Amino acid sequence: MNTTNPVLELKNVNKSFGPIDVLHDISLKVHAGEVLCLLGDNGAGKSTLIKTLAGVHKPTSGQMLMDGEEVSFDCPKDAASRGISTVHQFGGTFPLMTIGRSFFVGVEPTKKFGPFTIFDRKTANETAVKAVKEFGITRIDDGDRLIGGLSGGERQSLAIARAVHFGARVLILDEPTAALGVKEATHVLRIVFEARKRGLAVIFITHQVMHAMTVGDHFAVLIRGALAADFRKGEKTREEITDLMAGGEAMADLEGEIESYMSAHEGHPPPPAH
Amino acid sequence: MKTQFLSKFVTRPEAGSVMSFVAVILFFVIFGGVQLSNFIGAASWVNLAANLGVVALPVGLLMISGELDISIGAMIPAGSMSVAILSGYYELPIIVGILGALALGVAVGLVNGLLTVRTSVPSLIVTLGTLVAMQGVILSASVLLTGNASVALSAPEWSKAIFGNLVGGSYQIIILWWIGLTAVYFFIVHYTRYGNWIFAMGGDRDSARNAGIPTDRLTIWLFVLSSTSASFVGMCGAILFNSAQVSGGMNYIFNAVVSVVVGGVLLTGGFGSIIGIFFGTLTFAVVTQGIYFTDIDRNWSSLIIGVMLLVAVVMNNSFRKMALTGSKPKKEKQKLNTTRAAA
Repeated sequence: MNTTNPVLELKNVNKSFGPIDVLHDISLKVHAGEVLCLLGDNGAGKSTLIKTLAGVHKPTSGQMLMDGEEVSFDCPKDAASRGISTVHQFGGTFPLMTIGRSFFVGVEPTKKFGPFTIFDRKTANETAVKAVKEFGITRIDDGDRLIGGLSGGERQSLAIARAVHFGARVLILDEPTAALGVKEATHVLRIVFEARKRGLAVIFITHQVMHAMTVGDHFAVLIRGALAADFRKGEKTREEITDLMAGGEAMADLEGEIESYMSAHEGHPPPPAH
Repeated sequence: MKTQFLSKFVTRPEAGSVMSFVAVILFFVIFGGVQLSNFIGAASWVNLAANLGVVALPVGLLMISGELDISIGAMIPAGSMSVAILSGYYELPIIVGILGALALGVAVGLVNGLLTVRTSVPSLIVTLGTLVAMQGVILSASVLLTGNASVALSAPEWSKAIFGNLVGGSYQIIILWWIGLTAVYFFIVHYTRYGNWIFAMGGDRDSARNAGIPTDRLTIWLFVLSSTSASFVGMCGAILFNSAQVSGGMNYIFNAVVSVVVGGVLLTGGFGSIIGIFFGTLTFAVVTQGIYFTDIDRNWSSLIIGVMLLVAVVMNNSFRKMALTGSKPKKEKQKLNTTRAAA
């Protein structure tokens, strides 16, 4: 697998906004049919990194390569036309639009109606429903339903199905499971597997180590804009990864704190800090 | 079957406005002693609806796309003054006046659009600025050029026939423009890709831009459309009444917003329909003008409009919720009856 060129590669990428350095010397590779998990605490530079990949920002220095060939994106549309597709936390879709319409935003199917070219609602709805069904979401059967009526997991799935339908080669998932319940997160993880099986390169951004461990082939941990670790599946345990993400602070310290908190608060654990 | 139709109907954006329209007419018939046959054919409210409607449609589109244009209040007198000054005071051919009025609309629309897109200032503030600025421009220009705040205009017959005639004694020709424009907007918004773009833009501007929609250009176009439409209405008024005044037009701002909101457009964008705006405008006109046909004192009309606005907004909110959850017909019918009763 690794003998071929990676679909997407970053070589020594730096990004600064004026005097503030946000990304330092990032080098990453992601191959087809592989899930790269990008882990990092809030403010570690994950968003800047994915925005750079998606063409929102341009790297200050360093190279981006696709299939071994250097690329440069001036706008998100450039990245999209090269097959880089980003799905955001809430699906990046439009809650008050119908499934069929939102699926085809910007690339509406049209048909002839007398002298006019009109939006082909029937084709749009059928294609959208079919695309989601292929990903195993069978509850979506009416393309006229509004997006806002779907569950969070269904919305994510729809957005991923959309990206795949429009020929994405690199799928960037920005915290897809962060706002979901356990069961729905499982749905989304299954769809990530499905996308991987179809040969997409997936970049999965998360701070939930459990989810990352489930789907990831390859892990990268970002701390304050620098790559703190880059390892493959099975090379590190969950505790080690969590430690890394917390900035190297030993988990043991935290556990000690939690215990003392619990004894001081009648056995209640402290509220989770994400 | 019937409940199925009802459940489909109430999840549509125009449901609230169609029901308000029916409810208001019923209210007038039952409590106001209106004779329906006299009332339906009355020109006064149709004329008002048409003038307002030509402006309310593009204002509604802007609201669907997530923006607001209140500079229309100044663009209506600006349109009528331009045509009157150019073709009335300077006696240029009427076509120069007409094109001048429309060009002014395009120019102000471009300013509104560019300022909104280039700065992060909300369009309410941008257009508030151009509203006040344009009022100053109209008044100064009128006084400087003609020495008067009111200018006479005698338009040739052919232009009157197109823009400012009274058909059948009392129906303004702009009614036909309104109906025609509604049909054009309806087709574009609901049957072409551009409509989809407007809804997407109102739903989530960043996602829409990332999906490849030229959001900036579309926003600028919509602003051009609304201020040119306002200028058009002003121009038609000047041609019809043979004169133009620098004042007036301010009430169009609120009337258009009320019509659009009663018409089921979501104030924050992303939801609405042309049919809804059409019925919202009709409802507004029926309330303000229909009150003269009733035994009700006309001073109450503002109260009715206020209550209607609130009821319509609440109704539209619950309908939207139903649309989102893909509701069950049984519950809806109950709700439908209760809202009817409330209205």
